[in-house]
Amino acid sequence: MTTLQTARAPQTTAPTASGRTGPGTATRAVRRLAGGSTRLVLLVVALFWLLPTVGLLLSSLRGPLDIQASGWWTVLTKPAQLTLHNYASLLDNSAITHSFLNSLLITVPATLLVVVVGSLAGYVFAWVEFPGRDWVFLLIVGLLVVPLQVALVPITSLFGKLGIFGSITSVVLFHVAFGLPFAIFLLRNFFAGIPRELLEAARLDGAGELWLFLRVVVPLGGPAIASLGIFQFLWVWNDMLVALIFADPGSAPLTVALQQQTRHFGTNIDVLSSGAFLSMVIPLVVFFAFQRQFVNGVMAGALK
Amino acid sequence: MAQTLSPPSPAAPAAAGAPARRARTPRGRKWIAAFFLLPALILLGALVVYPIVWSVIRSLFGPDGFTHFVGLSNYTDIFTDHQTLVALKNNAIWVVVAPVAATGLGLIFAVLTERIRWGTAFKLVVFMPMAISMLAAGIIFRLVYDQDPGKGVANAVTTGVHDTFFKASAYPGAHPRVAGPGSTLTGPVGGPYTGKPVSPGDGPAAVALVGVQPSTLTGATQAAVPGSCPSGALCGTVWLDFQPGGGTPGKIDRGEKALADVRVEAVRDGRVIATATASKDGTFVLPADRIGTSPIQLRLPATNFTAQYAGVNWLGPTLVTWSIIGAYVWMWTGFAMVLIAAGLAGIPRELLEAARVDGAREWQVFRRITVPLLAPVLGVVLVTLVINVLKIFDLVYVIAPGASQQDANVLALQLYLSSFGGGNDQGTGSALAVLLLALVAPVMFLNIKRFRKEKSR
Repeated sequence: MTTLQTARAPQTTAPTASGRTGPGTATRAVRRLAGGSTRLVLLVVALFWLLPTVGLLLSSLRGPLDIQASGWWTVLTKPAQLTLHNYASLLDNSAITHSFLNSLLITVPATLLVVVVGSLAGYVFAWVEFPGRDWVFLLIVGLLVVPLQVALVPITSLFGKLGIFGSITSVVLFHVAFGLPFAIFLLRNFFAGIPRELLEAARLDGAGELWLFLRVVVPLGGPAIASLGIFQFLWVWNDMLVALIFADPGSAPLTVALQQQTRHFGTNIDVLSSGAFLSMVIPLVVFFAFQRQFVNGVMAGALK
Repeated sequence: MAQTLSPPSPAAPAAAGAPARRARTPRGRKWIAAFFLLPALILLGALVVYPIVWSVIRSLFGPDGFTHFVGLSNYTDIFTDHQTLVALKNNAIWVVVAPVAATGLGLIFAVLTERIRWGTAFKLVVFMPMAISMLAAGIIFRLVYDQDPGKGVANAVTTGVHDTFFKASAYPGAHPRVAGPGSTLTGPVGGPYTGKPVSPGDGPAAVALVGVQPSTLTGATQAAVPGSCPSGALCGTVWLDFQPGGGTPGKIDRGEKALADVRVEAVRDGRVIATATASKDGTFVLPADRIGTSPIQLRLPATNFTAQYAGVNWLGPTLVTWSIIGAYVWMWTGFAMVLIAAGLAGIPRELLEAARVDGAREWQVFRRITVPLLAPVLGVVLVTLVINVLKIFDLVYVIAPGASQQDANVLALQLYLSSFGGGNDQGTGSALAVLLLALVAPVMFLNIKRFRKEKSR
């Protein structure tokens, strides 16, 4: 497992070393006791934090009749009721599988486009001088916090006029536009940190901007681009509001398809719980595989 | 600007303490750069900047199109409309409570995990909900907050704790016959039920009840007439005076079940002087030495009949916003924790150690050194969460059941409802959007200011 902490303090062992000269034995005993209770508290908190997700997972593994009859914790005493039935019927449900495909069709292009358009712009803001550059960039910094709700109504009519309302394209375009301020901000800052000599030398050698961008900036900006990509991927995958408005039933992603089911909450917890877990699989895999990049993206995004 | 290609002097970058002017881009390169920038500018202009301008103008017009100029009346409507006011009030609760709770918990977790070996695993567990969608989190918490204690874990715990301290009543809804020969008791619905005055030695008292659900009586035994009653004592039977197909009211018929564990009180002059509990066959004995000889009244206290505790109505009108905030804190505490932990790692250890050596207790170190040094990080976390909370939509939309959606309303949800979810009033919707924008505007300027300062450094 990679570490979640990006920078771990090297002096973590210092307290025990200096404890010898500092407090007396009694104080140390009290401290150790307190350390023990801290561990206990943290263990309880961790279980508490896991409980809701575990509940959903176990619910998704129980038949509809069992779900109606008893709580998921009865699995602990009667493990025989666990079944993959819900997932099997989920895969038979063409609306769900279709929406899963839509989720990918929306998320992958939206992520790639943000990364490409964002790096191009980030490169220009970092390394190409043009009149008014700083003002345009400050405007983009300002756009970081614009709530996407502001754009819903006007974009609906704009997309309606363009004839793309209800399509996957409309959802993708919206996500790209609202992902861009953060992408440009993050990448410009990262690209600006590339040693100037590298670029100057290449320029002197007669390299064009495209060559510079592809051969120098992109390879060196790899970590930032990866963080942005993962962050954007999860953001788009997890979105419901944008798709709820811009996607018609044929192009709706998994979140919207599931949201339609929540209206009948109580009667179809089997579909909902397995569907919700299905929608979590990809984010969780991405999260556990790319924690470090995800954390970096989140930290950079804290300015947002 | 100068277009000359000056030879690269190694001193130039080093001496660039003044704002760097990189006038080394020839014209051809500029066009390529402009081409690089074009897609971003078109997308941002058409889909972010244009909508802002459009919304500001649109908010000055009526519900349909740019036909009726109404001035600021959409805004006055917002602040008089009941639904929007509820949304505003809830948003205020959200903005104050959720960021503070998430940041506070994040700070505690970050500090506590610092010196624990499995701290990383702990952080992973708390941070994980950040990766999932608000929809999935909403479904998770709909399940947690389910009203039925048999399904919702929150109520399973609440009722469990409650029933440990207050025993659940055995016969909710049981009551005496309203009229007729069997009615020896009277009282308001739900008890307490009081009988006519009786004296010790009057013979077995009949405490007949009806209205018991058969399901609560599985395993109950046949009611019996008390056998030998000590002289001076008062004996009796509590039973379900109902037999399918008849039976005599007020008499213990064959097949009529005893109501075990019902508490019976002997009352004289309004004071309880003795109590007894019905045994398995429904009989009870009020001992002679406690009740004396003058007439008393039998009373069945209301605690026998209160409905079983059904748990907390988490998603009901009063609690729904707080319950959803709970779900949000579950999702976002990890975010605060990770940022604060990164900040903690940057604090010089020597400072903390010096304070500890000087005899400061952990709490003092935390309050006087750690928190002040972390203040900038805490500020960034709080501001980020406030912005995030202002936009909150999915969680409320998914968790709040239809019946209490109005009570859980927030601005972003109200915007959705008024513009799309049937409201179809784009004028009000735009005014709400502008309001939302106005609320985040301070942070927008803060960001710009901070960024300019960083650049000039």
